[in-house]
Amino acid sequence: MSALQDSVTRAPAVAAVPKGNIALGYLTSTMVVILLFAVPLFAKNFVIFQMTIWLIYAIAILALNILTGGSGQFSLGQSAFYALGAYTSAILMEHFGVNYVLTLPVAGALCFAFGFLFGLPALRLSGIYLALATFALATAMPQILKLGVFEHWTGGVQGLVVTKPDAPFGLPISQDVWLYYFTLVISIVIYVFAVNLLKSRTGRAMMAIRDNEIAASAMGVNVSLYKTLAFGISAGTTGVAGGLGAIAVQFVAPDGYTIQLAIALFLGMVVGGVGWLPGSLVGSAFIVFVPNLAEEVSKGLSGAVFGAILIVVIFLVPHGSRQVAYKIQDIVRKIRK
Amino acid sequence: MQQTDVARAKAPLLAVRDVSVVFGGIVALNGVSFDMHRGQILGLIGPNGAGKTTLFNCLSRLYQPSKGDILMEGDSILARPAHRIAEIGIGRTFQNVALFPNLSVLDNVRVGTHSRTRSNFITDSIRPPWVGRAEAATTKRVDDILGYLDLREVAHVPVAGLPFGTQKRVELARALAAEPKILLLDEPAGGLNHEEVYGLGDLIRKIRDDRGITVLLVEHHMGLVMSIADHVVALNFGRKLAEGTPAQVQSDPDVIKAYLGSKDA
Ligand SMILES: Nc1ncnc2c1ncn2[C@@H]1O[C@H](COP(=O)(O)OP(=O)(O)O)[C@@H](O)[C@H]1O
Ligand SMILES: [Mg+2]
Repeated sequence: MSALQDSVTRAPAVAAVPKGNIALGYLTSTMVVILLFAVPLFAKNFVIFQMTIWLIYAIAILALNILTGGSGQFSLGQSAFYALGAYTSAILMEHFGVNYVLTLPVAGALCFAFGFLFGLPALRLSGIYLALATFALATAMPQILKLGVFEHWTGGVQGLVVTKPDAPFGLPISQDVWLYYFTLVISIVIYVFAVNLLKSRTGRAMMAIRDNEIAASAMGVNVSLYKTLAFGISAGTTGVAGGLGAIAVQFVAPDGYTIQLAIALFLGMVVGGVGWLPGSLVGSAFIVFVPNLAEEVSKGLSGAVFGAILIVVIFLVPHGSRQVAYKIQDIVRKIRK
Repeated sequence: MQQTDVARAKAPLLAVRDVSVVFGGIVALNGVSFDMHRGQILGLIGPNGAGKTTLFNCLSRLYQPSKGDILMEGDSILARPAHRIAEIGIGRTFQNVALFPNLSVLDNVRVGTHSRTRSNFITDSIRPPWVGRAEAATTKRVDDILGYLDLREVAHVPVAGLPFGTQKRVELARALAAEPKILLLDEPAGGLNHEEVYGLGDLIRKIRDDRGITVLLVEHHMGLVMSIADHVVALNFGRKLAEGTPAQVQSDPDVIKAYLGSKDA
């Protein structure tokens, strides 16, 4: 039987989340947001800085989630889009004196275009082959950034130092606190946009492709358009995260954006739960804080400890934090009854 | 101008002209021609491997005929990519059910409206009021169809867990959501029990009568085809064997021979 005839309702490559469950309820969301706004009142500057990084990686993981959870495509090349966003912000700020806020939409738009164009040839690939192509992109990016021709702009191997912005309007808060709130607001906006997107006509078309390409095209969905669009949207969102990252860390250098970052983001998505958007926060916490934890357990073997923790987590909850969240939801329902 | 309109109204809604499809060495369709007229229920019969699904896949532009043409309201569809077939009013179901397993019934059917709606990813993300209103209108239309096919109760259930018969109704609902002029049904009775099959026959007729949809029905179940089709085309080994009213085709010696010679008739 041909693949066409055999288009039975088979399990898709990505065990995805039913669409109604991609986000948190209003009440839970509000509580999380209040908590996030309240944290700087209690925390030290260093913790606040770490939380900013946490939010930034959560945006990048959310972006990957739109691609994989939404459209069913894989990417190990997110570090390349992140780097492009970071360098765009850094170069605009340091060479052209552009305000840091304005560099973010530019980084997003540029990465969207780049991701869309990359997605075009990638259309011919699927699954593991697509992952390989994006892997190639991730390995190439740091070397491209070191190239002599771009050195005047990128600073070559040295990278660029980025000026940390002060709080505006003479607000009496530290740079770190300001940056945290700035990142938090952008994260919330991106999160809301992503939830809207996945619940819209565009999002449904992407998920239809993820579940069954042939049926999707019979319904009038332009499969290649929506697949590349998913790449573009994911890359653009990652670019904004990269730009924010450059501003927060005050530094960009090629070796900050190796394949390791791409793998970390991928891990974060899996630990958070593929297709479950709030899981991006959990996944990000995993990749930001667990390595520190591992370091505390054993300096020399921190990598091994991290690996062991990862294996335990994947073994206990293969569907990531989303599985835990559903379990809790079930228990809460039972208690209410 | 008027004359061409008149000509169009008289012309067949869908014309299959001398269509051949070859896979490697196998000739799956060999010079098949027939017309479909508005409001007809046309039954396409033939033993397993006769080429019925292949013909459907040509009509949905999943397969490219090596010869011949297919005209919808007088215009060739062969220049269109597969995703631009729904918009000219050709809708279909699949022999083995091809739904979106992780999506709810509601969302499966909403995807069916894709070719009849417009949006872009930017406003879909920002969701201004007019996008919300358009979504509400879509949901309303989809809800009507769910009611029509008795699917409201499972609207929010992911389709993967539903019984096969219900999945087939979801597929029908999804096809109707695209407001087709022609509905291609590939073995809709497959996997249904005796009672369900006759319910299905009534439903197909009802859809034609209520919505004025022309139906191309591929079916193994002879009883069903003969009871609801206005016109029957019989295929065997990729060739048209006979064509006519159900009674004519049923008494055709070639058809009888083809069916007696085949175990799955
Ligand atoms: N994609 C394909 N590749 C090769 N052969 C095919 C393909 N699709 C159909 N065929 C062959 O074409 C013939 C007609 O098949 P099909 O149209 O599925 O018959 P039916 O639907 O009438 O049972 C069969 O011999 C089948 O094996
Ligand atoms: Mg068939």
